[in-house]
Amino acid sequence: MYRRIYNVPSVRFRSAFEQLDRMRRQFDRFLGDDAGGDRGMLGAGVFPQINLTEDADRFYLRAELPGVTSDDIAMQATAKNLSISGARKIESESDGVKYHRREREAGNFSRMITMPTEIDPDRIEARLKDGILTIRVPKAEAVKPRQISIN
Amino acid sequence: MKDNETKELKVKEKQELASPAELTRPGLVFTPSVDIFENEREIVLLADMPGVQAQALNIDLRDNTLTLEGGVESFEADGEEAVLIEYEVGKYYRQFSLSEVIDQNKIDAQLNNGVLRLTLPKVEKAAPRTITVQAG
Repeated sequence: MYRRIYNVPSVRFRSAFEQLDRMRRQFDRFLGDDAGGDRGMLGAGVFPQINLTEDADRFYLRAELPGVTSDDIAMQATAKNLSISGARKIESESDGVKYHRREREAGNFSRMITMPTEIDPDRIEARLKDGILTIRVPKAEAVKPRQISIN
Repeated sequence: MKDNETKELKVKEKQELASPAELTRPGLVFTPSVDIFENEREIVLLADMPGVQAQALNIDLRDNTLTLEGGVESFEADGEEAVLIEYEVGKYYRQFSLSEVIDQNKIDAQLNNGVLRLTLPKVEKAAPRTITVQAG
């Protein structure tokens, strides 16, 4: 079950009718003219795509960035936002090569991500390995859930 | 050869493979994006396979068919709850038929930053020989 962030609709169904409605729309898309390009992504449509997960203490943000080294990425954080920008480079090959296929792309990217709660920007840890960027973002102390005991 | 472009990268949804064979373990399979080019000596293949480590990468070449298979670890540790999931994680699989005969002993594979660079040297064609005809 996903939380609501930036008005992305949650996958929870509020009523049985809404579930049927969603099924109908999915079938329409399935049988209709959907060419497979625009599948109605739930995400923001900005590169890179991210997966954001959390536990009690931290958020975990992951992105797939093949071919990107840590020199090519810049990250900045405030108490509420995290921004990732950089460039994917593709090395040019020697002259005289003939291409059969060319599917990979090079270019710049820049994305700002708003965290669901306040975070502690001073203790963020980031790791880039095998083309996967993993960022551990500690939540601010004030927003961590507290156990309340009942007398 | 091609100069570095300074355009913005767009989101490209990962291509899921409609796999003909049933997988022994459940999971998604994606086709990695590749660049393939050649010069006189060799064919070079570059594949984006983020999350694949060297020991999980399987490269097979037989009967002129090249098969790439890369396993990825599911990254979510236990105890993590999803907040926003924009992409799926799954292994990579792609097959190619090669037109050239490859010298299998000299194949070179490099895996860096989630990009596989596979160099396939072509078999040296026999140098043309003139054949003298004995008169007799």
